Amino acid sequence: MAESQIQSYTINFGPQHPAAHGVLRLILEMSGEVVDRADPHVGLLHRGTEKLIEHKTYLQATPYFDRLDYVGTMNQEHAFVLATEKLLGIDIPIRAKFIRTLYDEIGRILNHLLNVTAFIFDVGGMTPLLYGFEEREKLMEFYERVCGARLHANYYRPGGVAADLPAGLLEDIAAWCETFPKVLDDIETLATDNRIFKQRVVDIGVVTADQALDWGFTGPNLRASGIAWDLRKAQPYDVYDQMDFDIPVGKNGDGYDRYLVRVLEMRESVKIMKQCIAKMPNGPVKVEDNKITPPRRSEMKTSMESLIHHFKLFTEGFRVPAGEVYAAIEAPKGEFAVYLIADGTGKPYRCKIRPPGYVHLQALDMMSKGHMLADVVSNIGSIDIVFGEIDR
Amino acid sequence: MTQALKDLGEYIAQALPQDVLGTEVNRVGELSLTVKAASIVKVLSFLKDDSGCLFKQLVDVCGVDWPGREQRFDVVYHLLSMKHNQRVRVKVATDEETAVPSVTGVFNSAGWFERETWDMFGVLFSDHPDLRRILTDYGFEGHPLRKDFPLTGYVEMRYDDETKRVIYEPVKLTQDFRSFDFLSPWEGPGMLPGDEKAN
Repeated sequence: MAESQIQSYTINFGPQHPAAHGVLRLILEMSGEVVDRADPHVGLLHRGTEKLIEHKTYLQATPYFDRLDYVGTMNQEHAFVLATEKLLGIDIPIRAKFIRTLYDEIGRILNHLLNVTAFIFDVGGMTPLLYGFEEREKLMEFYERVCGARLHANYYRPGGVAADLPAGLLEDIAAWCETFPKVLDDIETLATDNRIFKQRVVDIGVVTADQALDWGFTGPNLRASGIAWDLRKAQPYDVYDQMDFDIPVGKNGDGYDRYLVRVLEMRESVKIMKQCIAKMPNGPVKVEDNKITPPRRSEMKTSMESLIHHFKLFTEGFRVPAGEVYAAIEAPKGEFAVYLIADGTGKPYRCKIRPPGYVHLQALDMMSKGHMLADVVSNIGSIDIVFGEIDR
Repeated sequence: MTQALKDLGEYIAQALPQDVLGTEVNRVGELSLTVKAASIVKVLSFLKDDSGCLFKQLVDVCGVDWPGREQRFDVVYHLLSMKHNQRVRVKVATDEETAVPSVTGVFNSAGWFERETWDMFGVLFSDHPDLRRILTDYGFEGHPLRKDFPLTGYVEMRYDDETKRVIYEPVKLTQDFRSFDFLSPWEGPGMLPGDEKAN
């Protein structure tokens, strides 16, 4: 019998594929069932966000950040408002800082819940996804109560946040913080020690610490490779320096560690949320300077000056002194940053968005080389990508 | 923090006097280096490996378009040193024809960032292993983030029922895109037409 010849061939994975986490088109060069090269084609969701922002005022630009990583939306806004505030040279009220920190952590849990459970779903476990979505719905209710929208919040503003928290919200978030760890335990019971899950993810897509640095990994993916680096600790913004929390760090840099790091981060996020609620100070939620933040609605009805401020702010916006700034935050997926160049007018001259997922997806080729086709799915799930931010 | 960055800038400028054109710590406390385009690989290798710097991560590469300048593009690199908890920004200037040496040999993460810069601005990178477009459509023409590229683009796409395929047509707008100039004539940043009569 003639020796059977293994042929090389090319597989088109996506752009419509349930495991592609969005519109990822992946060209896989295979020899047999082993991947030789994975070439991601991205940009199918490209909307020209950076170009659009150049044509909008600073206030009009914030909603675009919700539409980047649409899973945990407020964190993206945070990077942009931090950049704007740095250029304006303003310091925001302490209550606004606490609110932002609280909602950043809600965003982190929103993101990790989706990613962790979708990752388990990709490799065969369906139930955690259902558990996760129930909790996500509750969290999105907290989003809704504070800003009126479940996903596209547009809540953070240069100079603070759009509105104060409604009465009773903090108590409800505190109550949720008590019940959530139980749900997380349930999810973990189904996955963490599950034999099938571990067969699919342990030692798959191993990224060493050196590789992680070289490929620009940040966030949970970097920490899973054993590097304890978190911008919330290293370069704290808002009130993270007053919070007491730990940074989970992995050992092996495989898909399993990335999963574990995210699960532990959710538990830490709950800790931060509890501290935010306990320490939440009273006071204003945005700077009192009406050249930057709009006056109160009640004042607007009686004061001519307030009316003018309101009109000017929402037509021409405020002017930002010329300069450039790079503001990075620890978004759920990694370092999300905005490189902003202002030219002294009311619109940004250039607004470069640095999405963490873009960098992680780039390394997919390195991670998947020599793995089986099914492991590519596991790798995509474990690096946590969302195409809103990759394609921008 | 600012003083440490100033010292770092001086240290780098002294170590690479031929390549660094200028260092600056701006008003928000960030260190920027301006370097010669031809030396970018050398500078980034130094920043990565020198024990006083150890910028092990290249976190971002992007382009900026300044149409008024002779060398109209800036390529901006952002580096992060976890050891010293510092960031540095490195800038090189180039024009439409001159290629900037690719830094993919120093940092693997530069690969897609440089592809994006090529795609968005048309900045060329020499020795890049795979300089294709990345974010725009297959067969796209032009470089959308250049300042002279219109916001609405040149072509739009729709599904044509007669030919049963997706077709591209020139953009048709029922109303022109309106860009309002809100620069106040009283406190604008520069001179406006007619200002000279006031003096």
